[in-house]
Amino acid sequence: MSDEQSLSKITKEREKWEKTTVPSWLRRNPERKGEFKTTSGINIKRLYTPEDVKNLDYLRDLGFPGQFPFTRSLHATMYRGRLWTMRQFSGFGTAEQTNKRFRYLLKEGETGLSVAFDYPTIMGRDSDDPMCNGEVGICGVAVSSLKDMEILFDGIPLDKVTTSMTINGPASMLLAMYIAIGDKQGVPRGKLGGTTQNDMLKEFYAQKLCIFPPKPSVKLVVDIIEYCAKHLPKWNPVSISGYHIREAGSNAVQELAFTLADGITYVESTLERGLKVDDFAPRLSFFFAAHNNFFEEIAKFRAARRLWAKIMKERFKAKDPRSLWMRMHVQTSGCTLTAQQPVNNVVRVALQSLAAVLGGTQSLHTNSLDETLALPSEEAVTVALRTQQIIAHESGVVDTVDPLSGSYCVEALTNEMEERAMDYINKIDDMGGVIAAIENGFLQKEIADSAYKYQQEIDNKERILVGVNDYTVEEDWVPLKILRIAPDVEAEQLARLQKVKRERNNARVKKVLDKLHGAADRDENLMPTIIEAVKSYATLGEITNVFRSVFGEYQELIVI
Amino acid sequence: MTNIEQLIDGVLKGDRRFIAKTITLIENDLPESQKTVSLLYPHTGKAHIVGITGPPGSGKSTLIQKLVEELRRQGKTVGVVAVDPSSPFTGGAFLGDRVRMQELSTDEGVFIRSMATRGSLGALAKATKDAVKVLDASGKDVVVVETVGAGQSEVEIVKLAHTIVVVLAPGLGDDIQAIKAGIMEIGDVFVVNKADRENVNKAIMDIETMLSMNPEREKWKPPVVKTTAIMGEGIIELLDKIDLHRKYLEGGTIDTRRRQTVETELVEAIKEKVAGAIVDDLKKKGILDKLVQKILEKETDPYSVADMLLAKRLKRLKPS
Amino acid sequence: MSSEKKIRVVVAKPGLNSHDRGAKIVARAFRDAGMEVIYTGLRQTPEQIVETALQEDVDVIALSILSGAHLALFPKIMELLERKGLDDVLVFAGGIIPKEDVPNLKKMGIAEVFGPGTRTDTLVKFIRENVRKRK
Ligand code: B12
Ligand SMILES: Nc1nc2c(ncn2[C@@H]2O[C@H](COP(=O)(O)OP(=O)(O)O)[C@@H](O)[C@H]2O)c(=O)[nH]1
Ligand SMILES: [Mg+2]
Repeated sequence: MSDEQSLSKITKEREKWEKTTVPSWLRRNPERKGEFKTTSGINIKRLYTPEDVKNLDYLRDLGFPGQFPFTRSLHATMYRGRLWTMRQFSGFGTAEQTNKRFRYLLKEGETGLSVAFDYPTIMGRDSDDPMCNGEVGICGVAVSSLKDMEILFDGIPLDKVTTSMTINGPASMLLAMYIAIGDKQGVPRGKLGGTTQNDMLKEFYAQKLCIFPPKPSVKLVVDIIEYCAKHLPKWNPVSISGYHIREAGSNAVQELAFTLADGITYVESTLERGLKVDDFAPRLSFFFAAHNNFFEEIAKFRAARRLWAKIMKERFKAKDPRSLWMRMHVQTSGCTLTAQQPVNNVVRVALQSLAAVLGGTQSLHTNSLDETLALPSEEAVTVALRTQQIIAHESGVVDTVDPLSGSYCVEALTNEMEERAMDYINKIDDMGGVIAAIENGFLQKEIADSAYKYQQEIDNKERILVGVNDYTVEEDWVPLKILRIAPDVEAEQLARLQKVKRERNNARVKKVLDKLHGAADRDENLMPTIIEAVKSYATLGEITNVFRSVFGEYQELIVI
Repeated sequence: MTNIEQLIDGVLKGDRRFIAKTITLIENDLPESQKTVSLLYPHTGKAHIVGITGPPGSGKSTLIQKLVEELRRQGKTVGVVAVDPSSPFTGGAFLGDRVRMQELSTDEGVFIRSMATRGSLGALAKATKDAVKVLDASGKDVVVVETVGAGQSEVEIVKLAHTIVVVLAPGLGDDIQAIKAGIMEIGDVFVVNKADRENVNKAIMDIETMLSMNPEREKWKPPVVKTTAIMGEGIIELLDKIDLHRKYLEGGTIDTRRRQTVETELVEAIKEKVAGAIVDDLKKKGILDKLVQKILEKETDPYSVADMLLAKRLKRLKPS
Repeated sequence: MSSEKKIRVVVAKPGLNSHDRGAKIVARAFRDAGMEVIYTGLRQTPEQIVETALQEDVDVIALSILSGAHLALFPKIMELLERKGLDDVLVFAGGIIPKEDVPNLKKMGIAEVFGPGTRTDTLVKFIRENVRKRK
């Protein structure tokens, strides 16, 4: 069909159709809207035909699964072999409570762990820090010292399960603790598998959990990348995250572009450290959101793979095929879920996860129906996990690789996503890179504007949200029982922390913290000393404070 | 309703709530506002007033945070007025300077107030100078005023501050060229902030070259200080220069500056009051509308009308 | 324009919670509705928020919190406000706050609580209708 003659025939026929069939139908059946747009403002056409993909070269642009440019998928047989990893982000209360939740989820068929830490932990503060009063264990699990991590992973064999940790500023410390537990369990470091999010760049403009200024932050990221390249061959040192960018309000194109721009920055920074691209690139991993617009999302995932493969091959001259792989985790988009008629969220999540699967993800978190109310209850998270299992085992969409390829619409959108993202990446390059684009507020402004626009579209009913601005009801019909954190969590955690501080060898702690200070001053790779520190039960807060004194603290550039 | 005496009393005692209320009263231009300022006037004139200006993003607010911290270490009390523009369309404003100074907000010796320009075209609000008076009268040793300077309008700050600090940063290089006209002549102290970035020394050289082209108006040679506000570096040196300038002013020039300030203030008050009274009178008698109509019909023009009005008043004022 | 009484609002983020999408959206909506908005930035203590409200002499305090720490932080804020004589300031809140907590918060003096899905003009209207005559 791609030969010129048949294409011009199609064009002729399409024009005829537009002059005859369409108007006569439109006369009695006008379209619902003047234009149909995706969240990124891409205009969706009434119909896609071979004309829309006339420049598409199958072998060049799509290829075969497991082959460059990986548009169709990273692996040759995809889900016919292994399904994606079902990984539910979870953590609340004390380490004991979260450990229990982990074991429950594994029993129910989850295939990987994902830890949510509480606010004190993600901000690098101990539970007894005065700023953390009332926040301990509320939004994740509290981890102040190795003791807490030991309890958190009690009875979970680290050589059998992979663990993802959503931690950024203090990523090096939590990875160090994980390594320490592995050592205790007797698991060789070569067998420790998992991911530290460790993506500081997006913190500055999306998640906003910043501790140190950009430069030392990136230094710490690269320390982990370097350490893992040498010692933890199965660990993903960084999960370059578009999810937070999207959830902070960006559209799909911005999510894709800014994530890849961050990725480029990490590659450049690691090369500057003196590593060779193929020594670390295979372990870089990615994290995206699955939002509402079904085809746009699928196109985004496919474009992301293709674009990254090209960047790695052309810009960074990577040779190892695995350096070209964009392995991704996907989470359904929390901000699409509604407080009104929350049961409807199950349907939204199902559609979004279907998009992630059709987009070829390696790993998936499905949000729970009580997303807008509290951390997921056990019942709610079970439904979320079952949603993945239903897609995997009942729908049949997993039986063939990249089933939507060849759809004129999906291929055209994939091209469009790639082009638009590339425009942004070039713009950011011209500005001097991501850090420059953070310091001049460009990225913040882009996201703030998209977030505001999205809100206005809902307020004006240009965007219908079922149950929110249309199809509303007076009284919601399902009262959900939400998870509440027991009030004694904080006291329990404080008692444990005190005990740790009392019983450890404090002289040893002081010595190792001094050593850490020296290493930070000398700009050494800090991982080995951090491992030493956590093993002596130096706390997260103590280690972070050493870094605060050397690196300074970041002050946000506020753009609304 | 709190009465004026109570407000004044509170301000003079340094009570933060009363300071805040008094500034609001002035900002909203309520009937009591003028009387309040008059009553506070005798208590002003003690504070050293430092104006901080420079392009957006150069680090003014961050620098103020650090300057104030250092002043506090020296035992001085400080007031800050930070001005941001109001939207000409909605009248709303986003006042974003304070964010950088939040660590100071619980310090009893510091008072920070954000202020929108509210229809004033310049870089200062109409009420800024009076807000500064309130802080001065409340006993603050130093009052810092932050304004956005991106063109000519910041020259207004000359009328208000004793010492003007112009904050620039490398990477805003093109802007330095663009703003030099307005800003380079008013600075008493120049700061190149963000010294942690590349091209600091080039920025310093650029500024020194530009300064050397300024006509010499006084004996004071504006120094250029290098700072890294986020790390608190160069702050003590900057404060030394500000202090040096204060001493220089106190060696005589301050009187000239004070005279100038008072003179401008007087002239502006006269303009506002006298012209205001005339316009009000015309409005009340319905003459203003008629004059406007005549101008619209091109029978006359605004300047001729003003001349005519002036001639009439002068005649009336003339001693017979 | 200068003699018109402006509504001054502080949009505050108490505690460690750093979800700022909603706070920025409401701040922008208030600004576009003609109000003067002071944003505290992230991770503020109750003391900082109350001092800001006091020095800025605001008419409204808008608390945005999604972390579930409201029951620990809001009482402190309300207590401080009362102690400093700021009980005439309109305080309202939004974010992720379970329905069952709302009666308690109202008892403390929080005028209203708005959750996900609230139109921004509803919030603007609420301020206009409830901003109290200041002392
Ligand atoms: C977006 C989001 C994120 C983004 C935040 C991006 C950003 N910069 O803001 C990302 C992905 C980074 C993120 C991370 C985390 N998140 Co989050 N996140 C959400 C999510 C999905 C949507 C929030 C949102 O922005 N909605 C859109 C805005 C416009 O709505 P809104 O904030 O609700 O505002 C509206 C109203 O509430 C109201 N409003 C808001 N503020 C105010 C203020 C006033 C005064 C008024 C009157 C009204 C008002 O008006 C707005 C317009 O309608 C919510 C769940 C949900 N769907 O609500 C979880 C949620 C808030 N997150 C949660 C958690 C736990 C986290 C983490 C702590 C996870 C972790 N352990 O690592 C981190 C912390 C990050 C941080 N920065 O603090 C939990 C909180 C649990 C709880 N309270 O018990 C939630 C509820 C999800 C869940 N069920 O688990 N998150
Ligand atoms: N790298 C660097 N950034 C700074 C420095 N001082 C301020 N900044 C940052 O520059 C941005 C703007 O600062 P701000 O004080 O708000 O500037 P203002 O608009 O001039 O008031 C903020 O992100 C600050 O953190 C500095 O010395 N070095
Ligand atoms: Mg500023």
